[in-house]
Amino acid sequence: MEDNAQAVLDAPVIRTKKTRSKTWRNILRNWQLYVFIAPAFLSIVIFSYFPMYGIQIAFKNFIPVDGVWGSPWVGFDHFVRFFNSYYFWDLLWNTLSISLYGLAVGFPLPIILALAFNEVKDGLFKRTVQTVTYAPHFISMVVMAGMIITFLSPSSGMVVHLIEAFGLTAPDFLTDPRWFKTMYVLSDVWQSTGWGTIIYLAALTSVDPGLHEAAILDGASRFQRIRHINIPAIIPTITILMILNMGGLLGVGFEKILLLQNPLNMEASDVISTFVYRSGLLNAQYSFSTAVGLFNSVVNAILLILVNQIVRRTSENSLW
Amino acid sequence: MITTIKETKRDRFFLTCNYIFLFMAFVIVAYPVLYIISASISNPKLVASGEMWLWPKDITFEGYQRVFRDTQIWVGYGNTILYTVIGTLVNLIVTIPAAYALARKDFVGRNFFMAVFMVTMFFGGGLVPTYLLVKNLGLVNSMWALILPGATSVWNLIVCRTFFQSAIPKEMQEAAEIDGCSNFRLFFRIVLPLSSSIIAVMALFFGVGHWNNYFSAMIYLNDHGKYPLQLVLRQILVLQEMSAQAGALNASTATALNNKAEVAALVKYAVIIVSTLPVIIIYPFLQRYFVQGVMIGSVKG
Repeated sequence: MEDNAQAVLDAPVIRTKKTRSKTWRNILRNWQLYVFIAPAFLSIVIFSYFPMYGIQIAFKNFIPVDGVWGSPWVGFDHFVRFFNSYYFWDLLWNTLSISLYGLAVGFPLPIILALAFNEVKDGLFKRTVQTVTYAPHFISMVVMAGMIITFLSPSSGMVVHLIEAFGLTAPDFLTDPRWFKTMYVLSDVWQSTGWGTIIYLAALTSVDPGLHEAAILDGASRFQRIRHINIPAIIPTITILMILNMGGLLGVGFEKILLLQNPLNMEASDVISTFVYRSGLLNAQYSFSTAVGLFNSVVNAILLILVNQIVRRTSENSLW
Repeated sequence: MITTIKETKRDRFFLTCNYIFLFMAFVIVAYPVLYIISASISNPKLVASGEMWLWPKDITFEGYQRVFRDTQIWVGYGNTILYTVIGTLVNLIVTIPAAYALARKDFVGRNFFMAVFMVTMFFGGGLVPTYLLVKNLGLVNSMWALILPGATSVWNLIVCRTFFQSAIPKEMQEAAEIDGCSNFRLFFRIVLPLSSSIIAVMALFFGVGHWNNYFSAMIYLNDHGKYPLQLVLRQILVLQEMSAQAGALNASTATALNNKAEVAALVKYAVIIVSTLPVIIIYPFLQRYFVQGVMIGSVKG
């Protein structure tokens, strides 16, 4: 290797030629690796990049017979129509508020739970609690929605009985728009908090035990050690997950919202993605709803880049 | 060393609070699950009135009997198993070799391929263009519409790549090359046998994904005979449409329980259990692998 590098330095004229032929030799020798990657590459090109090509119908009046390419251009008409529509601000507000609400409640909880798990020695108690709190992650969205609907049923739901046991009257969770967001966020917390701890627990295992020993000798309490040793240790993980979450701000858990939506809670539950589904696939307004979807992805991408940029300036950690 | 130092009062107080906190988390998560299990075998009247709140009361298996007699649910079960097995196989065949190629430092073009894959994690064509493509490919109303579009999961691809990079020693590849071993042989004879843990993890992730998937089935399938379990569940749990067969077959028992709405609720609890049971039963045995998968994924690649 070193001899090679020296030779390259000595003979800069033939360097490009030599490395190029080396590259080719490498490609030929490893041709089988291209066979390995071909199916994945093809499937991504077909099912991810072709749809990106299809985005142009957001700027066209898509006519199925003429196809994506043949349909006439209309510029930004669909976007203008969306921005001027009476539901634009409602959709944007619902999407953003559900996301931010979910982030504010759902983001810190796995961190707290992971820190709590970390303080307990491995044993039956810890293992049982972990196994149980992870489990809801595997419940499907449909079953989850079914559970929410059954538990909140005004006549026979468990939650309603529980609230009444305290002498209070339960609101109509499923049909009252004021309760939709809370219901959505809290059920998400129930389902995903335990699972979310895994990544932080992994980060916590990398903490040097020497730090804790030294801190104990200095008389630090458990709480102080968590604050000054454990939390700083997981900051990089927190940062990365935060950036990723911000990138998905407008992409809130569309599947569950769609399942929980009903005409009565629509004013609080309709988000951009469910709107795209309704207008695009159910009402076949292909171009219009592609434009709405594109708006959504572009805002997401901008948010991701922006947050990553801010984080990169202020700390060592960033996605790229 | 640490244990020789006595815990202070403050620390013990803190630990006690910590245990109480974890126990509360345990109860909050476990209670609804226990409630569903109890409710699925209790007299629906007692469930509806709130008298049944922890353990089953006045045990009846009427809910399960109805679920087992419902042909829709069995068809859904069959379809889901089929889609899950084939879908997971396709995922594995596509993802694992690609991840191995990307893990190889001497693979010319790996940065290009990585970039092509990564872009799709943050930007995509969106619902309608994807739907139109699937439609144009003639996949609508076929199981391939549920399998092919998601054949490559970039996230899992990266997880596998990280695994191959860290778990397969580079010397092995060099030794194989010196022995004149081709990349195919190297991969199938040496790398794959060493990678059973990551293959298991991936099979689990992909399998659960297919098992729980309802959205692509909802938009791409029209034929009820092809519906996976989750779509059947959606009809029963969310749209509240009790299957016609289940109602017709049970006219006599229905009179015994007489309140239709309550019976419907009973069936719902039973159906939640029946559909989630396979995942819940195997989960404790496989939890270790799931956790391992998430942890490999958390390593920045």
